[in-house]
Amino acid sequence: MAETIIYAARKIITMAPSRPEVSHVAVRDGRILGIGTLEELASWGDYLLDDRFAGKVLMPGFVEGHAHTMEGTLWRNVYVGWFDRMDPDGRVWSGLKSIDAVVDRLREAEAQMTDPEAPLAAWALDPIYMENRRVTRQELDQVSTTRPIGILHASGHIMNVNTRALELAGLMKPGVNHPGIPLGEDGLPLGPLYGPDAMTPVGPHVGFDRALTDCDERGLRDYGKLCVRAGVTTCTDLAARLTDDSVDMMLRVTAEDDYPACIVPLRVFFGMSAEEIVDYCVSLKPRSTERLRLGRIKAVADGSIQGFSARLRWPGYYNGAPNGLWYTAPEQMSELYHRALAAGVQVHTHTNGDQATQMALDMLEPALKAHPSPDHRFTLQHCQMADAAQYRKMRSLGMNVNLFANHHFYWGDEHYRLTVGPERACRMNACRTALDTGVPMAIHSDAPVTPLGPLFTAWAAVNRITASGRVQGEEERISVSEALYAITLGAAYTLHMDGEVGSIEVGKRADFAVLDSDPTQTDPMALKDIGVWGTVQGGRVFPAAAL
Amino acid sequence: MAPLPVTVIGGYLGAGKTTLVNHLLRHAAGRRLAVLVNEFGDLPIDADLIEAEEDGMISIAGGCICCSFGSDLIGALGDLAAMEPRPDHILVESSGVAIPGAIVSTMLLAEGIRSDGIVVVVDGETVRQRALDDYVGDTITRQLSDAEIVVVNKTDLLAPAAQTELMAWLAEAAPGAIAIPAERGRVAPGALLGVLPAPGAGQPADHSDRLFDSVVLTPEGGQPVEELARDLATGPHGVIRAKGYLRDIDGALWLIQTVGHRWEVTAAQGPHEAGLVCIGFRDRLDRDGLAELAGVTA
Repeated sequence: MAETIIYAARKIITMAPSRPEVSHVAVRDGRILGIGTLEELASWGDYLLDDRFAGKVLMPGFVEGHAHTMEGTLWRNVYVGWFDRMDPDGRVWSGLKSIDAVVDRLREAEAQMTDPEAPLAAWALDPIYMENRRVTRQELDQVSTTRPIGILHASGHIMNVNTRALELAGLMKPGVNHPGIPLGEDGLPLGPLYGPDAMTPVGPHVGFDRALTDCDERGLRDYGKLCVRAGVTTCTDLAARLTDDSVDMMLRVTAEDDYPACIVPLRVFFGMSAEEIVDYCVSLKPRSTERLRLGRIKAVADGSIQGFSARLRWPGYYNGAPNGLWYTAPEQMSELYHRALAAGVQVHTHTNGDQATQMALDMLEPALKAHPSPDHRFTLQHCQMADAAQYRKMRSLGMNVNLFANHHFYWGDEHYRLTVGPERACRMNACRTALDTGVPMAIHSDAPVTPLGPLFTAWAAVNRITASGRVQGEEERISVSEALYAITLGAAYTLHMDGEVGSIEVGKRADFAVLDSDPTQTDPMALKDIGVWGTVQGGRVFPAAAL
Repeated sequence: MAPLPVTVIGGYLGAGKTTLVNHLLRHAAGRRLAVLVNEFGDLPIDADLIEAEEDGMISIAGGCICCSFGSDLIGALGDLAAMEPRPDHILVESSGVAIPGAIVSTMLLAEGIRSDGIVVVVDGETVRQRALDDYVGDTITRQLSDAEIVVVNKTDLLAPAAQTELMAWLAEAAPGAIAIPAERGRVAPGALLGVLPAPGAGQPADHSDRLFDSVVLTPEGGQPVEELARDLATGPHGVIRAKGYLRDIDGALWLIQTVGHRWEVTAAQGPHEAGLVCIGFRDRLDRDGLAELAGVTA
């Protein structure tokens, strides 16, 4: 008979309604055999008592419902963000508070490179915290004039490059006329490149190639390490292209004995017709394994709020910017919903602006009437600006929502004074309204846009503190226990996986987040500071310190 | 090498962009057209035109090709410009929600190409209603405001009064454009692309050609080229496109190109014979007026 291990812990927060807190959990065959007291569990027969977690608090392994495994690949570039951030190997890179500091860090990295023409790539710059100061090519030329240098911003939608990079891309010439490429007084490009259209011709020369949204093999392994450090045992990859090669690679890597997470990649609705993508996802689904779950679709309705490309309803942007862009036309969204519902394929839809949310609601309702689908769990992702009426509609249609709680902290001040103004900034990511209305809800990081860290995300939803320290929208705060539910069962529910992960109950996968202290007994303001010892995934123990 | 002309074909979903592109391919008359589409999702090329299909490229009868560019338009344009033999003209069929002016800005970042007009296709029956739509109305009006030529499909289904109203509405919505009524995208390639049939290639039988005519102006002596180009593009002479070389009053040679109501005058590269081809509606092309404008006898 398979071995049974009983783990003793200081406390086990189970999320199981009948036994919310216990002291012991028994694991057999990678699954949870039972929870309770040692006495209760001992009756299952022979067991090994493991008390390595005696001083720890166990929670269900966290489920990240909206992230991108490309963060694993991005870490091979130099980190130049404003905030401290931990890399896959556990090193904390300090946040950089000036362009000089950015230049210094790039110089250090440059000094270690041997090939004088190799590109130097960096990421996570966010000049919003430096009065939106522009970084010029001359500033980056201080690092090198012989090698191309590129810095991808935290948003992923802006890049700074040096003169050499512009030369290689053929843009170091007068007469460049593009709204995304500002020119200096000399008539030559200044250095910043705004938007994918302007970034694409330069990206490959600085080490950001065309398939940036896909992680590679090493990146996927590194991403697994980030999951362990954040307590995450199930993680989406929310906009993958899922080419044959990348599916094969992901199947191979996640099947490795020590791969520590279950990855759920969604095929992005781009480059395929609605008919093709639904057929493709139907064909992918049976290839799913214990640690790679295939067969879901991600659609993108609009752009981003801080990039002014989200679709807003009246009165539009606070600063008067014109309305954003549709990435998918209503008719295409409608066709996708019809076909996906008919085939039983789940669709998650990115809607940032409230008009994009309304469009998705308007397209789904008739599709649901045509293809009645109890328990479809179609999910709106980000859905940052939804109002109360839209939440009521989501509930009526049986939709879920996954809100971008981290946004308050990182860009809340920007939304308040520039993008949408005070009232709508205070109701952005309205977790309280979602729960009160009865819409199943998750909260997310959108890593690498913000760091993977469900405890931080819970903190953000509980406190709604902005980077400048203001509470923004206190009425939309939720309780600690509601936030902990959102990062476990809440997210699992949006993936139809709440029956197998998200709580510590008999029969479920033995996935635990191993914490240094008890989030339910911690000052809510300290939620984000709780140490993560590591995880248990499918019964396998992954101490962060041993990665 | 002269820059490769690129025409963007925009317009909302269902307006008839793909039908128009297929029509142009069928009547390419010896010109090698290359079509770039966002994606091959719904096959953009009529099956009977396809000779071969592999690696994201469709080969079409008569030497034309069609490629998908995904998110890398510049890379795809670069690949086409490097092909041997090079295409004569590139058509970029945009996605239904794209703003064509933004595509032009981006494609001009590529080396060796030249913007040769923005064609926006609309469904004459529904465009005015669509332009009021809460979701996509502003997308459609933005597309139209970028247009240099508007191809108005389904005008045959409209009563004469409704046609007149529609044309008046389009004149406001697309102030830089000339509107061409069409049935199922049947517009002569010459009118849209300025590509006249190659000598000896023969004119394919197509009744749409009967709607259009051309006039060649060969003025002697120098012209005020900027003013002339402006008058060709904005004057009442029924010109849809004009292209050619003229000398200014100092004797310098200039390349003049007009599409719709927009014009461009650039210094000529290398020697060329002076002469200007104007293409317009047969019933509106004002030969005498044009001759007078250019100071020649028609």
